[in-house]
Amino acid sequence: MGDGGLGTIDDDMPVVGIRILEYALTQAGFRVVNIGSQSSQWECIEAALETAADAILVSSVYGLGEIDCRGLGDKCREAGLADVVRYVGGNLVVTSQTQEWEEVAARFRARGFDRVYSSATRPHQVIDALRGDLSARGRLRGASCAVN
Amino acid sequence: MQVALLLDFGSTYTKVVAVDLDAVRLLGTAQAPSTVASDVTVGLRAALAGLAARGVPTRDPALLLGSSSAAGGLRMVALGMVPALTVEAARCAALGAGAKVIKGYGYKLSLAEVAELEALAPDVILLAGGTDGGDSDTILTNARALAATALSAPVVVAGNKSVSAAVVGLLQEAGKDARLTENVLPELNRLNVERAQRLIREIFIERIVEAKGLDRVRRQVADIIMPTPMAVLRATELLADGPPGAGGLGEVMVVDIGGATTDVHTVASGAPTVAGAVLKGLPEPRTKRTVEGDLGLRVNAVSVLETAESAGLLDRFRLGSDRLPAMVERLVRETAMVPETDQDHALDAALAAVACGVATDRHAGRVEEVWTVHGKVFVQYGKDLRALPAVVGTGGIFAYGRHGREVLAAATRGDPLRLKPAQPRLYIDRRYIMYAAGLLAERHPAVAYQVLADNLVEV
Repeated sequence: MGDGGLGTIDDDMPVVGIRILEYALTQAGFRVVNIGSQSSQWECIEAALETAADAILVSSVYGLGEIDCRGLGDKCREAGLADVVRYVGGNLVVTSQTQEWEEVAARFRARGFDRVYSSATRPHQVIDALRGDLSARGRLRGASCAVN
Repeated sequence: MQVALLLDFGSTYTKVVAVDLDAVRLLGTAQAPSTVASDVTVGLRAALAGLAARGVPTRDPALLLGSSSAAGGLRMVALGMVPALTVEAARCAALGAGAKVIKGYGYKLSLAEVAELEALAPDVILLAGGTDGGDSDTILTNARALAATALSAPVVVAGNKSVSAAVVGLLQEAGKDARLTENVLPELNRLNVERAQRLIREIFIERIVEAKGLDRVRRQVADIIMPTPMAVLRATELLADGPPGAGGLGEVMVVDIGGATTDVHTVASGAPTVAGAVLKGLPEPRTKRTVEGDLGLRVNAVSVLETAESAGLLDRFRLGSDRLPAMVERLVRETAMVPETDQDHALDAALAAVACGVATDRHAGRVEEVWTVHGKVFVQYGKDLRALPAVVGTGGIFAYGRHGREVLAAATRGDPLRLKPAQPRLYIDRRYIMYAAGLLAERHPAVAYQVLADNLVEV
């Protein structure tokens, strides 16, 4: 399965959420590199580079994901990681109840994320999507994901 | 009486320390100008004669071991992928092996970098890149680039395990002395430097001693078993942990102030002293060495003086300003100069206090206060050394200078965001025997510990 990185960017601290996702992904055969909370975008990208991650998964719970994730897609392209699958999930905006989810998701997709998940997402949904996306890009080997 | 003679072949002086292994005591020390450029044994004989003149028996010693930092020391280049990750891990491994890291390179080498590397002509190249199972492209590309050079330096391959054997093969096919060891950064949050360091030391003993003109010593006199900085690092470990089966001082920092560089060594976990602090950055080894090439008391005296001036240290040591430029120029010109007048001593102390303060600033970790929606959070980078119980000063300034306490106290002052020792006990290596204790620890750790502990002076 693939490699990926998991983590949260800047101020966010969903440590428990990351652990759950890390566990589920590992059980599903992914090699997970958890870069922990309070990470900068560059730390996330550097971790993905050094570990040759196939996917970057970013989680955010405190509602400022839109600001924290700004420019991540561009930076990935700049660092030669254009092909790396990028997901983001959690409470991505402060006023999510009053905004149409599709609208929020569209904004994040425009920022370079392949998939955008709400906080109601179950781990298996992410795993299934990841398998599909990695296999579509021919990267479903020992893929790792950097979870931030 | 069984005598151990511990030698150090430095670039300026050849030093010798004699220890009585039966009575567990220091017999004496002596030094003479180094003669590495011509016949290294001349300087050694002069140093031994100095010892004999003080009544120390130097014939037929029971043990004879040496360290060396002559001819530029062990000059290494560290190659990795991401500068903050594998390059830093490789640098850390090389420094801990007592090397001088003359350059670090990240990502794939450019043509200009390859040319620069060839011109630098390092003694050993440490080639890392990629965590295990991670990136393999960079290390393979860099290995091909090295294979195509005329460099003859041994290459220690310590990168991504998935391709490291292929990397070694590629280099060996090109006639290079490539040697395989474990990855210095097998996982993103795990540093693994010991194996690489052991290999670097083997190469030092096998090849570098000869290349530096010290083979005559090896044939005629003694085994040169490690670079001098590694001997000091070993002594730091011995001081902290004690000999096997006994306790030591606990966590400790050693500041080694020299003519060209200032080295800082710590043996300390560096764990946060603030509850709930989040640790960031590359994990640091318990035994850590940093080298500051811009903080020497002779070679870089001019720039160090400028820092001393802006820090208000010239007043503290009552240094008049009119003669200062000439005095500093003399220090740079005559690097072997030993202070004589009160002014000489005051100037050396002011420079050394800057070197000590800045070098320990750079060595210690730092903490940042971050406000989040959950409240205040502390983010720590590097080691928290605030609770460190002991700091030791070594180098000529502590052996021959007059202001050891003032110089060493700079290790507790400086940048307030740095996690420096707050209230440590301060000791100075008045007899200049740290390196010797590190050498002796290889064979007689209990004797080495006792002699070192007996001869450090609390100030």
